[in-house]
Amino acid sequence: MNAELTRIGAIVWKDLTAERRTKANFNAVVFLAGLILLLFGFAIGTEQASMQPIAGGVIWLTVLFSGTLSFNRSYEQELENGALEMLLLYPGDRRSLFVGKLLANLLFVLLVEVVMLPTAALLYNLPIWTFLAPLSVVLLLGTIGFVTLGTFYAAMASRLRAREVMLPLLLFPMLVPLLVGAVQATGGILNGDIMGSTWWWVRFLFVFDVIFFVAALFAFEYVIED
Amino acid sequence: MVTENGMTPRPSLRIERATPAAVAAEGLARRFGRRWVLRGIDLTVEAGQIVALTGRNGSGKTTLLRLVASVLRPTRGTVSVFGFDTRREGAEVRPLVGLLGHSAGLYDDLTAGENLVFAQRMAGRRADGALISAVLDRVGLAPFEFERVRGFSAGMRRRLGLARLLLRPPRLLLLDEPYASFDEDGIDVVNAFATEIRAQGGAVLLSTHDLSRAALVLDRRLHIVDGQIVESSELRGPTLAGGRA
Amino acid sequence: MNNEVISRVVPPPPRWLRPLGWIALLGFVAAQAIGFLISAPDRDMGNLQKIMYVHVPSAWVAMLGFFVVFVLSIAFLVTRREDHDRRAAATAEVSVLFTALTLVLGSIWGRPTWGIWWTWDPRLTSTAIMLLIYVGYLALRAFTEDEDRRARWSAAVGILGFLNVPIVYFSVKWWRTLHQVQTIDAAGAIDSAYALALLLNSIAFLLVFVWLVALRAHVARLERLRESWIEDEALVRTGSEAHV
Repeated sequence: MNAELTRIGAIVWKDLTAERRTKANFNAVVFLAGLILLLFGFAIGTEQASMQPIAGGVIWLTVLFSGTLSFNRSYEQELENGALEMLLLYPGDRRSLFVGKLLANLLFVLLVEVVMLPTAALLYNLPIWTFLAPLSVVLLLGTIGFVTLGTFYAAMASRLRAREVMLPLLLFPMLVPLLVGAVQATGGILNGDIMGSTWWWVRFLFVFDVIFFVAALFAFEYVIED
Repeated sequence: MVTENGMTPRPSLRIERATPAAVAAEGLARRFGRRWVLRGIDLTVEAGQIVALTGRNGSGKTTLLRLVASVLRPTRGTVSVFGFDTRREGAEVRPLVGLLGHSAGLYDDLTAGENLVFAQRMAGRRADGALISAVLDRVGLAPFEFERVRGFSAGMRRRLGLARLLLRPPRLLLLDEPYASFDEDGIDVVNAFATEIRAQGGAVLLSTHDLSRAALVLDRRLHIVDGQIVESSELRGPTLAGGRA
Repeated sequence: MNNEVISRVVPPPPRWLRPLGWIALLGFVAAQAIGFLISAPDRDMGNLQKIMYVHVPSAWVAMLGFFVVFVLSIAFLVTRREDHDRRAAATAEVSVLFTALTLVLGSIWGRPTWGIWWTWDPRLTSTAIMLLIYVGYLALRAFTEDEDRRARWSAAVGILGFLNVPIVYFSVKWWRTLHQVQTIDAAGAIDSAYALALLLNSIAFLLVFVWLVALRAHVARLERLRESWIEDEALVRTGSEAHV
């Protein structure tokens, strides 16, 4: 178990260090997130009345569209020099590769959200600071499910010719319950309703996360082999 | 001793293996899409041997090495490493083998030292700075410990790949074109490493275009043409004249 | 290779396939006829309600199909037997077909009833998502050339996809209960004649489904066999003939 923790830690360290040095990925994703937020304004209208009710949807679609970029990229660094083969050759449990990649991607996307959310609040006058704690919980739970499935499907999509198309095609239908739950919870919180249906959706997200973390963990070793 | 029907029994001719062969392949075949790259390979590499695979580009040398390493699964046939089948007992095979492929599997944005730290931790062990410096020195990359791999030449990358193997010498060493892009010093390091593995009871299987480099250390040579072994010859390094096969 | 003729035996389809096909066809016709005859046209919707006799069994059978894909996917990962993968793929194809049929019919039913082509009815919506999930499954298979990888990957996708089917349904349902929405309504189920017709049609559709899957799986088996013969021939050829 100790050895597996070391391996997981090694992957997280490696991915984040590489990312910290190039920053190419992070900058691109943050920039895209900002752009998408702006585009929503142009598309829907910036009036308080039109934006407030759909704020949750705008936030989460922004997360989904921009965050998805990072998943294939996470595997590309393994593919470009044949490093994936080396990863598979180290002794030990291959599921640690999944957990490591998942944690690294999770930190990445959360960091993007840390930048994106205040930007959204700024653009559309959203009361995020009042409700920061519950919002953080929802963001965390929603992002965990998103990153779990994204990391899983990208392990396959990144190795296919049509990777830009295949990842969204495989991933987005699976994210529908997560999107529904996260948007309901976020919207509810921003409208001041913390208990009641919002709390219900939070628990839903938690269950979703658990189910798919376990399922993806189980299936990963069949998928990561050559 | 006399048996029931009055005959003296012959001694059993079946030879039990004291130790399993380092590599044993039977009917090994592999195709990619519709192209057969290996078409029925039988080979045995015993412990304590250094064996060279020769053959032209595309003859299947790299594929064979990757099959032995358990990175690839056979389409047909079997291959085992020290008695463990690569398909079914991959988890037992992996700690025993070390592979240096064409591209060394490095991370461009990490330094040489960091790549080695990563390798140690991925093997479940603590990072050992002293050992890392030592192996880098041995392959001649000591001045580059803190340089990012992105700027490395092909030769430097392969040296780093070799250093990674030196961190934890495997029982079966698999080298794909180890003499390519190395200068004389690099070649000496490779040969020294191979000799060490052999001395410790392991085995080495390496592919090369150019036998002269390996001639000093080789025990056997297998020649592959079009996915099949067509020739297997014993060599004794020092008796070779001028390195000709 | 010299010029000897090597005879290859093409395996025939299972013996029950043809009789099943006939039974399924007759059963389908009979069940549809019964549906028209024994239950009177609905008060509100007239004969349009009869569409339910195709829409509902299609949905049910497709769902069953995806469950079968789920089971076969697990079976494949455990046993690594190729025929599990082949049957899973055949089942998925036919199920996608029936899912698409369900959606189209649901939409057709909705148009005269509510005046719109689409309603975010939980069942219809989750069926649409299910369709997308399994279209993704089929696309993945189409884009993956190595057979072993294709089988492993689609098994993984088939397992996770099915796990999501109930989750998608419930999430959409709970989401929509916050709003008043028209639902596709099997309200006529209270009517016992309707229920009987539905049951008969469900059985008939199941037979048709099984027949189609068996046929498709047999074709897949022949395809695989042909591939392996070509493989074998290529294996013994050398040099420039080595390519298939």
